[in-house]
Amino acid sequence: MLYINCPHCGMRSQNEFSYGGDASVKRPELNKEVSDQEWDNFVYNRKSLRGKHLELWQHISGCRQWIKVERDTATHEIFRTFKADEEVA
Amino acid sequence: MTQAFRIENGGLINRDKKLSFKFNGKTYLGYEGDTLASALLANGVHLVGRSFKYHRPRGFFGAGVDEPYAVVQLFRNGETEPNIKATEQELFEGLEAKSVNCWPSVNFDIGAINNFLKIFLPAGFYYKTFMWPKSFWYRIYEPFIRKAAGLGVASTKHDKERYEHKYEYCDLLIAGSGPSGLAGAYAAAKNGAKVILAEDKPRFGGSLLTSDVNIGNQSGKDWAEGIIAELKTMPNVVVKNRSQIFGYYDHNMLVMSEKVSDHLPSTKKYHPNKRLWYIRAKEVLISSGSIERPIVFGNNDTPGVMLSSAAKEYLKVYGVLVGRKPLVFTNNDSGYETAVEFKKHGVDPVVLDSRKNPESEIIDEAKNLGINIKNSYVVVAAQGYKKVKSADIASISEDKKQLGKIENIQCDCICVSGFWTPTIHLASQSGNKTKFKEDIDAFVPGQSKQNEITLGAANGVFSLEETLKTSFTAGSELSKKITENDNKIAIPNVVEKKSSQHDKFWCVPLPKGKNYKRFLDFQNDVAVSDVEIALREGYRSIEHVKRYTTLGMATDQGKTSNLNGLQLVSEIENKVVPAVGHTTFRPPYTPVSIGAIVGREVGKHSKPTRKSPMHSWHEKNNAVFVDAGVWLRPRYYKRGNENLFEGSKREAKNVRTNVGVCDVTTLGKIDIKGPDAAELLNRVYTNAWLKLPVGKARYGVMLREDGIVMDDGTTTRISENHYHMTTTTAQAANVLSHLEYYLQLVWPELNVNVVSTTEQWAGAAIAGPKSRDLLQKLFPNSDVSNEGLPFMGYMEGDLFGAKARIYRISFSGELAYEVNVESDYGNFMWEKIIEVGEEFNIQPYGTEALSTLRIEMGHVAGSELDGRTIPFDNALEGLVSKKKDFIGKRSLQRSAFIAEDRQRIVGVVPLDKQTSIPEGSHLVKDDKAPLPNPKLGHISASCWSVEYDNPFSLAILKDGKNMIGQKLFAMSPLKNKVIPVEIVSSHYVDPKGERVRS
Ligand SMILES: [Zn+2]
Repeated sequence: MLYINCPHCGMRSQNEFSYGGDASVKRPELNKEVSDQEWDNFVYNRKSLRGKHLELWQHISGCRQWIKVERDTATHEIFRTFKADEEVA
Repeated sequence: MTQAFRIENGGLINRDKKLSFKFNGKTYLGYEGDTLASALLANGVHLVGRSFKYHRPRGFFGAGVDEPYAVVQLFRNGETEPNIKATEQELFEGLEAKSVNCWPSVNFDIGAINNFLKIFLPAGFYYKTFMWPKSFWYRIYEPFIRKAAGLGVASTKHDKERYEHKYEYCDLLIAGSGPSGLAGAYAAAKNGAKVILAEDKPRFGGSLLTSDVNIGNQSGKDWAEGIIAELKTMPNVVVKNRSQIFGYYDHNMLVMSEKVSDHLPSTKKYHPNKRLWYIRAKEVLISSGSIERPIVFGNNDTPGVMLSSAAKEYLKVYGVLVGRKPLVFTNNDSGYETAVEFKKHGVDPVVLDSRKNPESEIIDEAKNLGINIKNSYVVVAAQGYKKVKSADIASISEDKKQLGKIENIQCDCICVSGFWTPTIHLASQSGNKTKFKEDIDAFVPGQSKQNEITLGAANGVFSLEETLKTSFTAGSELSKKITENDNKIAIPNVVEKKSSQHDKFWCVPLPKGKNYKRFLDFQNDVAVSDVEIALREGYRSIEHVKRYTTLGMATDQGKTSNLNGLQLVSEIENKVVPAVGHTTFRPPYTPVSIGAIVGREVGKHSKPTRKSPMHSWHEKNNAVFVDAGVWLRPRYYKRGNENLFEGSKREAKNVRTNVGVCDVTTLGKIDIKGPDAAELLNRVYTNAWLKLPVGKARYGVMLREDGIVMDDGTTTRISENHYHMTTTTAQAANVLSHLEYYLQLVWPELNVNVVSTTEQWAGAAIAGPKSRDLLQKLFPNSDVSNEGLPFMGYMEGDLFGAKARIYRISFSGELAYEVNVESDYGNFMWEKIIEVGEEFNIQPYGTEALSTLRIEMGHVAGSELDGRTIPFDNALEGLVSKKKDFIGKRSLQRSAFIAEDRQRIVGVVPLDKQTSIPEGSHLVKDDKAPLPNPKLGHISASCWSVEYDNPFSLAILKDGKNMIGQKLFAMSPLKNKVIPVEIVSSHYVDPKGERVRS
């Protein structure tokens, strides 16, 4: 079970969180013309990479905030966590 | 029967307390502090089971967790548990156990013919043989295997025992209470660190219980007792015996199984049987020790052949002689320790040492005691079937290839020592890259991945002095980092015997003309010849060899077999052991009860049960409940002998003719506030929300980004910046997360707050032509006329003193309202509605009638919004705005979603107007078409229409739009039904929606 540092609550066990997928995906702006390809990339296409991955988790049994977690998908090492509005450098 | 093999004095058992127990129906006596194994050995019982494949007689091989043979079925307090190691099970008064793996009995075992047919059971036998003919599998092979094999029988009864889970956090977790664990724990505890020390055995001390050493000026055993006693008084230390740390998981989480009650005749009141600890440790100190490894020789599985360390433990801890004519076969000094113990108790052992001329303190001691030692000698084969009777021995050449003349010597047990294998399971599970240590022929932990350090014998360090030094230092350093205390501890002096180099010899060659079975894996009956076959057949990777031969795959996980297996593979392949590599160690280290893993989450505790505030009223009024997610909801209210069909029909009919009331508390409710609330709704729902006036409700549908309908419900504008959203019962949690996702991540600029209020409101739906009359009487001071409270209108009212919210919304097709009050007033509201409604012939209705009413109306619900349908499929395209953008809109342009013959909701009526159509039935054009019959659609929901008094169903049908009036067949292979049907409009009742607006 992972041990995730919620930037709002501190270190909490994985069973308080739910997974939300790739955090680098940007939703196309509303009312903007988007091509089929762009839309497919947003809705379906994910890299499923091995290694460092910036992903979303929601602290559903805690503060209910969506947070960003930088995790290695192969080793489960968590490097950093960020608030939803924090820029990831 | 007397305990003929128990010595007069000595051991750590309590001789004042005799315990009686049964094994295979026979009664024996033992002492408190015995294990089942030591008590049986005290009574001279060596035959405890049959082996897995060949059903050869099995005795005891070890004295603890490493035991590969002595697996029994245990009976305790009316319960039975399989797969119990006799070497771990503590004796209690009235214990009963039986052998496993033997049928009909341990002494006469029919499966033993496998032993004589072993030519048919080589490696891969199961793969090769039971593959064909296929028809033989169920009739012959499987029943035979099931009867002949297996490590006991699981109980089919409900387990009355209770199991607990506990979550714990600590600075240092220490696995094992041998010298290294004690030193590490003590040093860390003195620095004020929060320490958990776990020992899997009942007694603390590990190797100190059996070794002949001094620490400070006391014996090793006394030193251990002193340390444990002091640790137990410290508030920052938790000391646990009978507790096995069996798994090392991510982020330094370890799981420990504590046997709270297994050593007692029955579990104490309010106590669990076992307790599973989830421990998150800042640092882990692994001091799991080492396990002696066997030397491989002919018939080395005969009862009476056991590890020399086990023989010593039985003698020193339990006061039991495993034989009176012991033969010790060793390649290192450990065998001498056992021989010396025997000699001290008046038994004359013979020692065979594969080494030519070893010299050390312990060997000198053995010589001085007059022990018969034969150097450069080996056991070629054990003789005897159910018990060792003698041994064929021979001298061996220096290159270990040539045997001398075979001699036979009498003995009743063979104590074997092939040096020591560090227990690296936990380190390996943590992701540690293990490395091969040449000087001990074994793997030890290498580079740590997590915060773990392995010390002492588990790290391949067999000197007590070095173990204590490194462990005190590690405990002190690791805790200093955390607590910033630095209490120096003087490391005590150690008196121990220096040992000489062991012999890298592990397998006795076969003598000419002999074909003895030489076992590597004792539990799975894997012999040297099996591994040879696997390699000959082309298996190379150690992982493949393991699976093909089942080497190391039994419940003992190869604790005694792994390294010898690797030695063999490396020898045949002409590689060094590290190049072969070891198989992956996976948790659990030792079998864990399923009950302990499940914990309290059994039966009704397997999920929460949620009840509405009106639940007790429903109970009192004969409600028959149904699970709706985690909620319990009335399905119908039984009157007399009514069944579900009759009851729900009566209730639905009463809604259509008079008025009914339904508990709708379970609907998800979300309170939405903020100046941008309307904008949020406008983006989330497919229809337009910006112009909804205060005091009005609107029905909305929300999509996922892929265009699939996520949920539906009504949202009401309570005041300027305040909305009340309802969701379906099932999707309540998901919708809240969905809204939070967009507010926090996608459109953080929107100034809106959302919060779940599902539990805050109790809800009652009042539906039927007389509902307005009833409402007027409930709220005499409010104007609830069609003008005062029009369709989709909202107002607040006073319900006999309780503040109420009144929504004019309908999911039944009738004139209907929904009244909400704060949960605490829910029952009060409900009773008032029933009381006042009496004059209008009100009846409560359950979910079955609720479904009937909505199906007749063609109103979609969960069975249509099944994660595969878009608005068009549900005839909801009228709610999809063409002007504004919203979540999922772009996906609706996908070609499949705009196809001309897109699936769509329709109504379905059986031609005979009699036969109900099972939900899930497929709609097909031709009921006689060859399989697979092309499916045009499926029945999503079925009811008995109270309006027309015939069956009616909804279906999602391909090209449904153009299918009205067509005749098809509904086929249900599950129910074996073929029903001719006609496709009609999904709006079966009141298609123009006049009633709801009346
Ligand atoms: Zn949080």
